[in-house]
Amino acid sequence: MHKSGKVLVMLFLLLLVFWFILPLLWLIITPFSKEPSLGISITAPTLNNFAEVAKARSALMAFKNSLIISIGSVILVVTLASTASYALSRSRFTGKNAIITLLLIFSSVVTGVAAMVPIYALCQRLKLIDSLLGVVLVFSAGFLPTAIFILKDFIDRVPTAYEEAALVDGSRGADLFARIVFPLIGPGVAVVAVLCFVNIWSNFLVPFVLIRTNAKAPISVAIYQFFTEVGIPRIGLISAYSLLYALPVLIIYFYVSKKYGFGFFGGLKG
Amino acid sequence: MTWIVFEKVGKRFGNKWTIAGLDLKIEKGEFFTLLGPSGCGKTTTLRLIAGLEIADEGKIFIAGKDVTRVPPQQRRVAMVFQNYALYPHMTVAENIAYPLKVRGVPREEQEKKVKENARRLRIEHLLERMPNMISGGEQQRVAVARAMVQEPNVFLFDEPLSNLDARLRLEARRFLRRIQKDLGITAVYVTHDQAEAMAMSDRVGVMKEGRLIQIGSPEEIYLRPADIFVGSFVGNFPMNFIEGTAQAQAEKLFFQSDEFKIPLPQNLKIKTGEKLTLGIRPEHIEASSSGSAQEELNGIIEDIEQLGSEMIVSVSVAGKTLLIRHTTRAELKTGTQAFLKIPSSSLHLFNSEGKRLN
Repeated sequence: MHKSGKVLVMLFLLLLVFWFILPLLWLIITPFSKEPSLGISITAPTLNNFAEVAKARSALMAFKNSLIISIGSVILVVTLASTASYALSRSRFTGKNAIITLLLIFSSVVTGVAAMVPIYALCQRLKLIDSLLGVVLVFSAGFLPTAIFILKDFIDRVPTAYEEAALVDGSRGADLFARIVFPLIGPGVAVVAVLCFVNIWSNFLVPFVLIRTNAKAPISVAIYQFFTEVGIPRIGLISAYSLLYALPVLIIYFYVSKKYGFGFFGGLKG
Repeated sequence: MTWIVFEKVGKRFGNKWTIAGLDLKIEKGEFFTLLGPSGCGKTTTLRLIAGLEIADEGKIFIAGKDVTRVPPQQRRVAMVFQNYALYPHMTVAENIAYPLKVRGVPREEQEKKVKENARRLRIEHLLERMPNMISGGEQQRVAVARAMVQEPNVFLFDEPLSNLDARLRLEARRFLRRIQKDLGITAVYVTHDQAEAMAMSDRVGVMKEGRLIQIGSPEEIYLRPADIFVGSFVGNFPMNFIEGTAQAQAEKLFFQSDEFKIPLPQNLKIKTGEKLTLGIRPEHIEASSSGSAQEELNGIIEDIEQLGSEMIVSVSVAGKTLLIRHTTRAELKTGTQAFLKIPSSSLHLFNSEGKRLN
């Protein structure tokens, strides 16, 4: 290829990169701007927008609701999925493969918008409309198949020798699971926890449909309310809030990759 | 005192019986080795003692108690695994303390015992390390320390030396045996390495296809193998086997094959014409470069393998190759004639089913 050809390709790629990076730039610059708009306007940096967020009671409530929903679901999913996948990985019973296949189907097919109507109907009957618990249960159920699938793969790769050694050493069921198996699948648990947290944190549809009162809305839904009385979006508030909204996810990513970014199995020769 | 008893124990996986009708008695304080090729059921037998497998038939007793259906946690046995199975997320000290911790031993006592055992095994300097930061030999010591700390009824060893290099293995053999004798705890040891079994054990049980073929001291097993299988499996060099028949001549019985004619001891129940297999260990044949061709067995030296302190000489006698272990620096040369002396006391006679006759 000619040199000019190479330059053209590079220019095209740069343009592409710029195109994708533009929203991110907006997210980083606008919250600190004095004249926030939908364009990128660079002014002297200010924290006014954040001060306004701090003043908005509903904004802080939404943060709390988001944390309850996300962390609650993650705990539920990790607890249920790790124990379920341990059973699926280690025990032999008829119909085991059928269950795993069903999980695979459920995890990839029956989710998302298509399921919203029946889920709404179900929650209504269970009196879980406008309740954070309802949202947590819907999210947990939605992520369980995938989580079980991922964790089963991790447990399959843990040699049974560790568990046998622990049995002979005197451990019993729950103890064995908590002290030996669970720590050994730590990286898998981290994957599942991050996957669930990030997805639930950013999900809009489920809480939007199931939550009725503003005080119970998570951030994704609350942002929707940041309009003036006449329906003009308050860009400064939205952008500052969006940046805060993105922070937990970023922090989790860095933390997990730092903690689990190394090879794991040792102490087992052979 | 009999410490471990197997009564007609059977274990099957699917339709295949891995262990069948196993009877075994192990004495208190004994170092007992289960020896056999892979797949012979020796590891399954060990796991039956540990409780990691449950017998489908028969009964198992430890220290006078029927433990056939007792789960492993309640058997008070300690096991050293082939791959050591040190918990990778715990430090060496935590690994050693684990059996105490799960049994609710107070913390100060845990620490005391961990220190005590670490000192005994000379691994004190490793206590704060993670298992993947220490060498194979050190990992093995940690695994032994974790077993010792429990003060168990029985030590179980599942080929614990197979992952060590040759030199370390020799050292570990002595060290394990010394520890076992010091503590006086009954040990059951599984290996496929006959040299290891011979060197370490008070008694050896040789297994094949889920059955115990022979139980005895290392000496007995070596000197009087119960059948062709034991004869060929035990010993540093493979036993020579020669097939032939019993022949009577002038009221005396002889072993007769294409190559050999050797007088047989007279007190055996052997019928004339019976098919026999003669076993001779390479170390029991004496070879020299001079002798009388009339009176002595002789052949042509095909090959000499130098092993340093000894050599393995292959001698072709009437088309049949015999292996001879030779320790003196005698003048043996490839292609020359060798004269062989076989003391009749070191002959092993087996019948057509491979069972020992003499």
